[in-house]
Amino acid sequence: MNGKKIIAKAYLWFILLILYAPIIFIAIFSFTKAKSLGNWTGFTFDLYKNLFTGSDSAQSLIEALKSTLIIALIASAVSTVLGTLAAIGIFNLRGRKKATIQFLNNVPLLNPDIITGVSLFLLFVFLHVSKGYVTVILAHITFCTPYVVLNVLPKLSQMNPNIYEAALDLGATPFQALRKVLIPELRPGMISGFIIAFTMSLDDFAVTFFTAGSAGLETLSTYIYADARKGGLTPELKPLMTIIFLIILVGLLIMNLRAVKKSKQNELR
Amino acid sequence: MGKRSTWALPYFIFLVLFVVLPLVLIAVYAFQDGNGGFTLRHLAAFFTDPKFVNAFLVSLEVALENTIICILIGYPVAYILADKSLNRSAVTAVLFILPMWINALMRTMATAEIFNWLGIHLGKGTLLFGMAYDYLPFMIYPIYNILDRMDRSYIEAAQDLGATPSQVFLKVTLPLSMPGVLSGVMMVFMPTVSTFAVSEILTNNTIQLFGSVIQEQFYNMMWNQGAALALVMLIIIGITTLIPGNKSAEQEGGLL
Repeated sequence: MNGKKIIAKAYLWFILLILYAPIIFIAIFSFTKAKSLGNWTGFTFDLYKNLFTGSDSAQSLIEALKSTLIIALIASAVSTVLGTLAAIGIFNLRGRKKATIQFLNNVPLLNPDIITGVSLFLLFVFLHVSKGYVTVILAHITFCTPYVVLNVLPKLSQMNPNIYEAALDLGATPFQALRKVLIPELRPGMISGFIIAFTMSLDDFAVTFFTAGSAGLETLSTYIYADARKGGLTPELKPLMTIIFLIILVGLLIMNLRAVKKSKQNELR
Repeated sequence: MGKRSTWALPYFIFLVLFVVLPLVLIAVYAFQDGNGGFTLRHLAAFFTDPKFVNAFLVSLEVALENTIICILIGYPVAYILADKSLNRSAVTAVLFILPMWINALMRTMATAEIFNWLGIHLGKGTLLFGMAYDYLPFMIYPIYNILDRMDRSYIEAAQDLGATPSQVFLKVTLPLSMPGVLSGVMMVFMPTVSTFAVSEILTNNTIQLFGSVIQEQFYNMMWNQGAALALVMLIIIGITTLIPGNKSAEQEGGLL
């Protein structure tokens, strides 16, 4: 039995090692200045300094990072509002209407990025909209909102349907009832929907690529793609990737350790 | 109750404008020539132009191989992670899902750099390795999810009734985990066919997947041809997702 456990553990760690090798590799070489990776020319924080002071090639990289964050924030915020309202509406719909809107909600999830990108590209061409920030944000809302809807819907079915009605009976306006009763109940679903929408937006390449236009709007993904086409990685990308990786690692670990703690507390009760 | 159903209306209008209309436009552009007249030329090119046919077949082959590799590597990982007697740490599971949250192009770029550093020639092998690297978490996650929530009493019942460990696995665990495998396949297969940047970076542009070919058409301003190829892909997706019993979309929601 013990041997089985050792083999299982060894397998897990071996796969993890391979999975993380490139990230670790990038992280190590973010502390040296050489342009080509794998070439160690002494330990230095120069690339980190460049990244934070915006000198040399880091300038356009920081611009791309800013655009990425702005787009992700706006798109996921709008998606959360739109998706939560939609979920409440869908929950109260019946029959064919409900099935139709739920089906349409699944379409962006099932479509590969490139189809979403190409179809929105054609939409903006067809409507003669010039591409830039607005089109990218609209496109991101399109593929982000379904995740919010899917995260809020279960919270609605778990909730006691009478408390909203009770608030109305006690004289609350529908808006007050929404703010004071519905939203607190739906908050966990809204938050996880927002987080998924945010990371989907951060991660997106294909849709942004087709909807950003040629006016020079770059996100991190399109920036890296342009870099790859030119054949050289902007050196400051290495410290940036390392920092992003650490933020995600710490964030996810904290979130999960909290969840574990909570469930243990519940068990003890 | 009746009135709150209208709250879905803004989203419905949004869906029509940004999901339905754009998909209709793909079909419209696919059948148009440069001057707005009707033509089947672009759609026919998919079958007659060897460049398109080859890219499509190569994509299917790579996607199939990638999916199989992901199942072969990912299933045991998910199985071990979900088995409480083998793994008790929730953190290990998070570590496997974590790469999913990091920008795919970043990961791909890093993988390509490692190959360059090791002096490995970029081609089919590096493409498969890099793709598996990119998509493995998407295979592990849904299988792990299903196995983790599975009712263990089924397994105990099978054991009590005298099944050997391999019988328990083949007759109980594996069939019960099939929905997870299926949604893993959905999250790996079609995305592999349609990726474009990833395959370019991993093969130095020597192997073109179908996504790259579509992207190239748009890059070269041949929108109608690009739309026709996108339409072909859409039809294939439509056929595969309408197969009954497919519920992968609903399971994708709960990543947290």
